[in-house]
Amino acid sequence: MRLEFLGNKDFWAGLVLTAVGVAAVLIARGYPLGTMIRMGPGYFPTLLGALLVLFGMYLLAKGLRSAERIEPGWSLRALIVLPLSLVLFGLLMDRAGLVPALAALVIGSAAAGREFKLVEVVLLALLLVAFSVAVFVWALGLPYPVLVWR
Amino acid sequence: MDLLGNLWYGFGVAVSLENLAYCFIGVLVGTLIGVLPGIGPLATIAMLLPITYGVPPVAALIMLAGIYYGAQYGGSTTAILVNLPGETSSVVTCIDGYQMARQGRAGPALAIAAIASFFAGTVGTLLIALFAPPLAEFALKFGSPEYFALMLMGLVAAAVLTQGDIAKSLAMVTLGLLLGIVGNDIHSGIPRYVFDITELSDGIGFIVLAVGVFAVSEIIANLGASSEPRSSVSGVTGLLPTREDARQAFAPILRGTGIGAFFGVLPGTGPAVASFASYMLEKKIARDPSRFGRGAIEGVAGPEAANNADAQCKFIPMLTLGLPVSGVMALMLGALTMQGIQPGPEVMNQRPDLFWGLIASMWIGNLMLVLLNLPLIGIWVRLLTVPYRLLFPAIMAFAAIGIYSLNNSPFEIYLAAMFGIIGFILVKLGFGMAPLLLGFVLGPLMEDNLRRSMVMGRGDPSIFFTRPISLCLLVATVLILAIVALPAIRRRRGDVAG
Repeated sequence: MRLEFLGNKDFWAGLVLTAVGVAAVLIARGYPLGTMIRMGPGYFPTLLGALLVLFGMYLLAKGLRSAERIEPGWSLRALIVLPLSLVLFGLLMDRAGLVPALAALVIGSAAAGREFKLVEVVLLALLLVAFSVAVFVWALGLPYPVLVWR
Repeated sequence: MDLLGNLWYGFGVAVSLENLAYCFIGVLVGTLIGVLPGIGPLATIAMLLPITYGVPPVAALIMLAGIYYGAQYGGSTTAILVNLPGETSSVVTCIDGYQMARQGRAGPALAIAAIASFFAGTVGTLLIALFAPPLAEFALKFGSPEYFALMLMGLVAAAVLTQGDIAKSLAMVTLGLLLGIVGNDIHSGIPRYVFDITELSDGIGFIVLAVGVFAVSEIIANLGASSEPRSSVSGVTGLLPTREDARQAFAPILRGTGIGAFFGVLPGTGPAVASFASYMLEKKIARDPSRFGRGAIEGVAGPEAANNADAQCKFIPMLTLGLPVSGVMALMLGALTMQGIQPGPEVMNQRPDLFWGLIASMWIGNLMLVLLNLPLIGIWVRLLTVPYRLLFPAIMAFAAIGIYSLNNSPFEIYLAAMFGIIGFILVKLGFGMAPLLLGFVLGPLMEDNLRRSMVMGRGDPSIFFTRPISLCLLVATVLILAIVALPAIRRRRGDVAG
């Protein structure tokens, strides 16, 4: 039984739901519940949070009995690098403009993959930047700074 | 006749140069992403939604719908040629379609798939034109209790009929509802789950969530999966099916269309269910079932008709009741709302151009697919050689630009990144993302109707049971739950006993 729960799919699924449900109910305590006739802003979220806890408990129990495993095959690198490159895009968009932001995003997300061929990736970035500037800024007229320094 | 008059009017709207152009772009982009594995219509429509912001509503809807059915079409092309289902709807087509291709009959297989899709699309268009007006008429009688009951039924049915664990689907619907009410409460103005972040006071952006849980998390998942197998592309020689092919395919196309239309209006059942049901039926009633799996043309014709009829009929509840029955329909509903159109039975009366124009454009789009794609097959096949490592950074780029174009807000980019991570973890734990999106779209509406109903009933929840339509919908909800949940419980008991 040692550490069995670590890869237990339904156990974790249930735990996540229960946690979210409890948090939802606790936060909703700050909103007025209202009456049955005039439901306050706290009523519906409390109901939903309680439902989540119910589903969560059910899955927890199910997980402890069936012990179905989480399928293997996932990339920690992708899970970290891909969202980070989006964050980089957001940061650069405001400060430096579309061209550096997009280049960073393309090269950054390419680095999340298994294969990274520098020349190929740089070419891809150039192509996508040129295409985006032409289509989104010039043709569609989206008000993006192309290249600024702030 | 009214029906013909309405359709005629719709065609008048759909054949305007602008609408034809958007329809064309839609089916072209749709086919493209249908051919490319690893990117589906959900992610594409979510990414392109912001761009349709400045486009007139009719054109926007026409284009998004085109992407949807174009993707299914493209998916079957690669299923037949390289045994690679571009979309889940064409998994079944792989079985016999690829075998036909290996026997040098790729051409007839593609042609039959196209003809079956077109036929089913035509019937689907007629069905919408026939059944949507009375349904909308009926729905005009609905008050808040009826709407609440209808949404409850739609959500429960969608959750229960999706593949996978029922409890998990229902939990995702609930989580979606909860995410949907983030922001300032419309009745009291009190901010809920906003955490003092000003960007959240208008709620979580629909596109931000959709791109996060579909596009970003899908890429994270794909990068972790073991590499996709690639098979050699078989050549296409001679498109025309023989007279014998046509004779064999005729009845399966009819049956497939019927099956697809039936599953189409049911919430939650994806096109994969309809095409699979059609395949099983054809195999069961075939005189020689052993031919299936070895290149039986019935195994291509039936499922292809079924998945297209299904795709078309999914529009009926969305357009008439404002009830999305699948992830793509939730996106369509979101597109309508973004354009300032309140979905529901009034759409047909207030925006007949939108309603009938969209329906007519679907028929035109299906025609375009047949006329355009058979000659273009060579190009689509060559696209398959584009490796995924070049594809996904491009998807990321368009996703980011799409989100940023909404409000020029970096915060929404960060939010999408977060939903990408959350979505990936949830999918890994066996949760589906389509029920989440359905709940999210309906969250605010459901709460609003619940509150109004309680005011109407003076605080007595029995109002839901004393009004006949609402009662029927609730009884149907319980029945759906019982029918699907009971066998599962019984089976589990059987497992324990055995």
